[in-house]
Amino acid sequence: MSSAQAVVTVAGAGNKLRVQHLGMVFERDGEAVSALEDINLDVSEGEFVCIVGPSGCGKSTLLNVVAGFLSPTSGSVTIDGEAVSGPDPRRILVFQERGVFPWLTVEGNIGFGLSKLPRAEREARIAHYVQTVRLQGFEKAYPSDLSGGMKQRLQVARALAVNPDILYLDEPFGALDSITRVIMRGELLRIWQTERRTILFVTHDIDEAVQMADRVVVLSSRPAKIKDILIIDIPHPRNISSPHYLELRDELLKQIGLAYEI
Amino acid sequence: MWLRPVLFIAVLLAVWQVAIYRRPGQLLPGPIGVASGILDLMQHGLLLRYVIASLFRVTWGFGLATLTAIPLGLMLGWYRRGEMAFYPLVQVFRPISPLAWIPVAILWFGVGDLAAIFLIFVGCFFPLLLTAMSAVHNIPAVYFNAGRNFGLSSSAFVSRVLYPAVVPQLLIGLRITLGIAWLVVVAAEMISVNSGLGFLIVDARNAGNRYDLVVAGMVIIGAIGLLLDLAMRSLEQVRSFHWSSSED
Repeated sequence: MSSAQAVVTVAGAGNKLRVQHLGMVFERDGEAVSALEDINLDVSEGEFVCIVGPSGCGKSTLLNVVAGFLSPTSGSVTIDGEAVSGPDPRRILVFQERGVFPWLTVEGNIGFGLSKLPRAEREARIAHYVQTVRLQGFEKAYPSDLSGGMKQRLQVARALAVNPDILYLDEPFGALDSITRVIMRGELLRIWQTERRTILFVTHDIDEAVQMADRVVVLSSRPAKIKDILIIDIPHPRNISSPHYLELRDELLKQIGLAYEI
Repeated sequence: MWLRPVLFIAVLLAVWQVAIYRRPGQLLPGPIGVASGILDLMQHGLLLRYVIASLFRVTWGFGLATLTAIPLGLMLGWYRRGEMAFYPLVQVFRPISPLAWIPVAILWFGVGDLAAIFLIFVGCFFPLLLTAMSAVHNIPAVYFNAGRNFGLSSSAFVSRVLYPAVVPQLLIGLRITLGIAWLVVVAAEMISVNSGLGFLIVDARNAGNRYDLVVAGMVIIGAIGLLLDLAMRSLEQVRSFHWSSSED
């Protein structure tokens, strides 16, 4: 499909997240290293946006700035018109590894952000999200007893339990084996379709991006700039051997600078 | 699981007894002599009194060191600048054997419980301080970020993220340090007090070369040391504490 550098809104309800002229410069051994340069991106409510790029390009830096964990050196991030000044429970970041608290059970982890709720409501929410991520029977288990995929599902459940309007995912399936990864994509899509949150998903896996996203933001190598934004106009569930799917995937491979053949 | 070590010890004791029987001399009392020495101490009510005296000093010295060194160490680990100021000082004090403090302890506190407690305190303080500092350094950044993301207040952050994250390492440090405390109390009691298991050993030698009582004292010290270690280990097995060993 044609790519568009300009602002494109897909799912409708106006801009949720707006990134304007974002720049990030790190100080390393007394030298300034530019990680992000003039990033402009609008994300609509309920949209699923993937960010891809070569490894080490600054994808995670971008996500950490948007989530408020890092302050940008220039430019701004606004959500619903309000500038982001730090991490906020309304937007939860899901980490690649070790994101769940190993000293808490599955229930304890899901309830981590719910301590201000009355007990009954908290328990109802925990039960609901145990169901959502299919961890029934593991409520009292500790993370060390869970597989890698279950831990990531638990992290997603903990994030969803506080009812955030945006989920940021930083290569959440990157440490999983390839079979589990495919299953997890299906699970996340199912959850996204029922819960309808805005999702910003960083990955280095091109197939992952094309299978899941409404739009794919392609970053260049360091310093990261937006090279292109691809619209993936295939309805879910996606047939991953359809010509159109392959066409989009090849386009993305080309954008990143990879050949189709190995 | 218990059978092998018990059997092995029984064999060693038998060999020891046979060796003593074949070449009787003054070098070492045999197991039977030591056992009767322990019985002797029990009959005089000394054993219980000395054990309690030693444990009392360890409890105070170790307890005070825990209460001061761990909060201070966690704070220094958290505020890197404070740590930079403190670190050289810690590194100078740490290698000084607690025994080197004996004259100072007697000068400050006189001969008595306080001096012994002070020595145990000094022996435990620096290892615990370093344990707490490194425990904070070793917390994965992802726990901090997750904690911050859910909007915890600073006090909630300390109790719900920082504290559970450092507990497994603190427990290991506490166990090792309790072992140090048990070493120091014996040495301290040899010089600065007149009760306790350390005192028992010097006293038995001075008052008539009762080496059966000396070795009896050593056996009791070893046994109690083992029990203390087992108690600390069982604490490490508490489920929500021992997560670090099973992670990854």
